[in-house]
Parts: sequence; C-alpha cells; structure tokens
Amino acid sequence: MLKVQNLTVAYSDTPVFADVAVNFNAGKITGIIGPNGAGKSTLIKAMLGLIKSQTGTVSFNGHALKQFQKQIAYVEQRKDLDLTFPISVFDVVLTGTYGKLGLFRQPSKADRQRCLVALKQVDLVEFANRQIGQLSGGQLQRVFVARAILQDAQLIILDEPFVGIDLQSETAIMAILHQWRDEGKTIIVVHHDLNKVSHYFDDLVILNHGIVDYGPVDDVYTPANIERTFSADLSAVLFAKGGAQ
Amino acid sequence: MQSVMTFISALGKYDFLQSALITAIMVGVMSGMIGSFIILRGMSMMGDAISHAVLPGVAVAYMLGINVMIGASVFGILAAGLIGLVASKSKIKTDTSIGIVFSAFYALGFILISLAESSTNLHHILFGNILAVSDTDMMTTTVVLGLVILFVVFFYKELLITSFDPTFAQTYGFRVQILHYALMLVLTLVTVSALQTVGIILVVAMLITPAATAFLWTDRLGVMLGLAATIGAVASIVGLYFSYTFNWASGPAIVLVAAVLFGISFVISPKQALLPTLFKGKAQLRRRVTA
Repeated sequence: MLKVQNLTVAYSDTPVFADVAVNFNAGKITGIIGPNGAGKSTLIKAMLGLIKSQTGTVSFNGHALKQFQKQIAYVEQRKDLDLTFPISVFDVVLTGTYGKLGLFRQPSKADRQRCLVALKQVDLVEFANRQIGQLSGGQLQRVFVARAILQDAQLIILDEPFVGIDLQSETAIMAILHQWRDEGKTIIVVHHDLNKVSHYFDDLVILNHGIVDYGPVDDVYTPANIERTFSADLSAVLFAKGGAQ
Repeated sequence: MQSVMTFISALGKYDFLQSALITAIMVGVMSGMIGSFIILRGMSMMGDAISHAVLPGVAVAYMLGINVMIGASVFGILAAGLIGLVASKSKIKTDTSIGIVFSAFYALGFILISLAESSTNLHHILFGNILAVSDTDMMTTTVVLGLVILFVVFFYKELLITSFDPTFAQTYGFRVQILHYALMLVLTLVTVSALQTVGIILVVAMLITPAATAFLWTDRLGVMLGLAATIGAVASIVGLYFSYTFNWASGPAIVLVAAVLFGISFVISPKQALLPTLFKGKAQLRRRVTA
C-alpha cells in the first residue's frame, strides 16, 4: 500500500494543496480525478519527489518511498517529451531496464528479449525500429506502457494515459493495467475527464486543492461528490438515466 | 588538384602542419561527440556561454603559470553553476541567466588578459591559431579526446536517458544534476581544446554545426555521434587545407566548411530537408494530375 500523509505543496507561498492524506491499495487500479488545476499532476510529482513538498511523508509498504525508487514506473504525459530525438521505439522501451541496471552495465540479451515481449504485448513489434516521432499518439502511449512493463515495478503511476488516443490503444493499455492489478501491483492513473470512470477504476480519489473523497469507486463516484467538485450540471448529465455510465 | 598535392607534400615536410592537422582532427571529433548531446539537450546557448566563460580562466592560468585546462575548468564550472543558481533561485528564465553570467565572465576575461599583457595573444585566443600548436598542446588535446571518448562510452546510457527523458531518470533515482555538471566539465575541456583551432568565439560552431548536420542524416543516437565526429574531422581537414592554400584564418575556414556541409545536408538529407520534400510534393502533384 502506498500511504501519503499530510503532504503539502506550495508554489511560491500559494499552496496547491495542504495536508493531503490518502492511501492507494495494492491490487487495485486507482484513478485520480479533479478539475483542471486541481493539483492532480502536482500530487503525483510530489509523491515521486520530482517537485519539492513542504511537509509530508510518502511510504510504500511501511518504508519511505525513496528507498523503493527502483520499484516505481512512471508514465509521464507525452507532451513533455522531445519527439524528434534520434531514438527508436525499441530503444525507448529498453530504457526501462536502466534503473535496475545502474551505472556501467549494459542491457543484456535477456533484457532485449524482454523488450520484444513487451512490444508484442502492446502490439507494436512491427514498429520496433521506427523513430518515435513517426508514431500516432496512441501508439506512443503504448510504447511508454511497454517501457513500464520492462521496469517490472511494484508501483506504476500513469499521468493522463488516455488523452487523445485511439480505441485500440486504450484497450491494449487497459489489458496491461488489468494484468498488473492481477499481479498485485499498485496502479495509479491521473485521469483528465469523467468518461468511463467506473469502467476504468477500482478505487477513486477526487482531488480539488485537497482530497474531496477517496475509496472504492462506487462509494466515491457519486452525484453529490461530482456536484461538489465540478458542477451540478455536469453531475446531472453524468448521472442522468442512461447517461454516460 | 594541384593545391591538394601541394598541401599533402607540405604535410610531409612541415611538422607544424602535421601537428595542426592532427590537433584539428581531434578537436573536430571531440566537439562533434559532445556537441551532439548539447544540441539534443537544447543547450546550444549553454554551449556558447561556457565557451565564452572560460576566458578569465585562460587569463588566470597564464598569470599563475598553471595549465590552461585547470583555469578554464574552474571558470567553466563556476559559470555553469552560477547560471543554474540564478535560474533556479529567481524567476529569471535560463536564457536570460545565461546571457548575464557569460557576458560578465567574458568581460572579466578581457580585463584580466589586458592586465596579464603577456605573450598571450588575445587575437589567438579569440580566433584560434592552429598553426602554432605546440607538442604540449597536442598532448593535452589527446588526453582530452581520450577523456571525452571514455565519458561518452561509460555514461552512454545515462547521457541518452537524461537527454531524452530526464524526468524518467529522476523517478528511478538517477542524480540528473551530477551528470549535467559532469557534462559541463567535459564541455569546458573540449572548449579549451577547440580554442586552439577555432578560438573562443567560434567554439560553439564546432559544437553545434557538425552535430546538427549529423542529426539531419540519422535517427539513431549512436550513428549521430559517429557521424558528428566524422563531419567535425572532415570540416577540420578541409578547413585547414583552405587555410593553408589561400592563407585564410584557420578557425573561420574550418567553421565555414562545417556550415557548408550543414547547408548541403539541409538541402539533400532525407530526414526533413528541402529537396526530398520538394520532390515528394512534385511527385504527389504528378500522381494527382495523372490520376
């Protein structure tokens, strides 16, 4: 279990959120939703230590998360990457082995084999030698999920993986997430909208400059919570009979 | 053709020309390799800044009679650190921070050199004087080339991932900042070596032009490194030939050859350039017309 306790993050004195406490369960896919600017990406970046937090502790199975850095796979937002970089799909996936290899060791034959297997799992073997800029958004997202497979991590965090991707990619990625869940891993997904929330996730965290609510998706994804966090209109549309659900 | 033969026979005759050629090739190779990482990390401005910021180090080294590499490294790293400090501890953006720090260092260098008023010729530091390379210079350059190759070989994986996806490297606990400063240190060593061939002002051209040319021809990092090194070496050889034959200043001659190679690649390289795009456009047009 990933346990976050009184986590506070502020950018130059303006707090993004204060004293956040939330748990993420192993063997569950947990979604994080909230309005734009609610601090979703900030929360996971602070948990990962990518940005400084003013207060708080993050522990994984009772130990500080910092000691488990090699057990973390982070799939960041695609827009943060340089897609003109001279690197092939295969080599991007292979970088998933770097963390556990450490300095001065090169990926082995077995690592390369695992790389091919991961590419097969996301159905991208025939793209292995393509430069990454030649892929569609959905294919690219699958590349980074394949890299996470290679990392063989216990904690997997994905930042908006479903933005602008095709149905085939979405299905492939969901299949991998389900496999991870069945293996007892902890999976956290920052989600950009309210579509298919109960379809994707087992647990849900609603964030709006602090935790609004968290727990099993059926308990948390309620008209009252959505109305409180987003708007009454949205809640009415989403929970109307025969609506999006 | 005649002049090429003259150049080759002169190479056999004159030691200074041999030293010049060997040093120029080594500088071309090392700056191509390090330059590749500089452009991929979007740090061309930083490369320019560090190359200028070593000037006070060069002056101080002459004053104290110590190795230029040491003086330059101290000021190169100091500049990189200050740039990082100003950018991270204030709301000033990195490019502005670079501008402030490197111009200040450069200015300080000018004053120190005029104070030193030694045999150091400011003109040679600024524009290079490849034909006056001493044996010691050549030895130092060889050591730096060795260091650059070892650095790239041993830290290839780390250089790749921190250039492509530094956030990812951070998440698995890699100390991205340490490698950044190691690269800055290697960059200052390359800068001081390149100072002999092309001078401080044009070092940045040796760093980015061959690397950018190589980038146009490949989408594999390993190939890009090799290609950039080769292009750097070729530009150095051809530049030196022009310099010897037409009595041009060697630094500008080398840099111009590199720029011409880039220009040719820009027009004919398959990756993004003008001609293939034009032809593709025409071919598509023809297909559309005949269809």
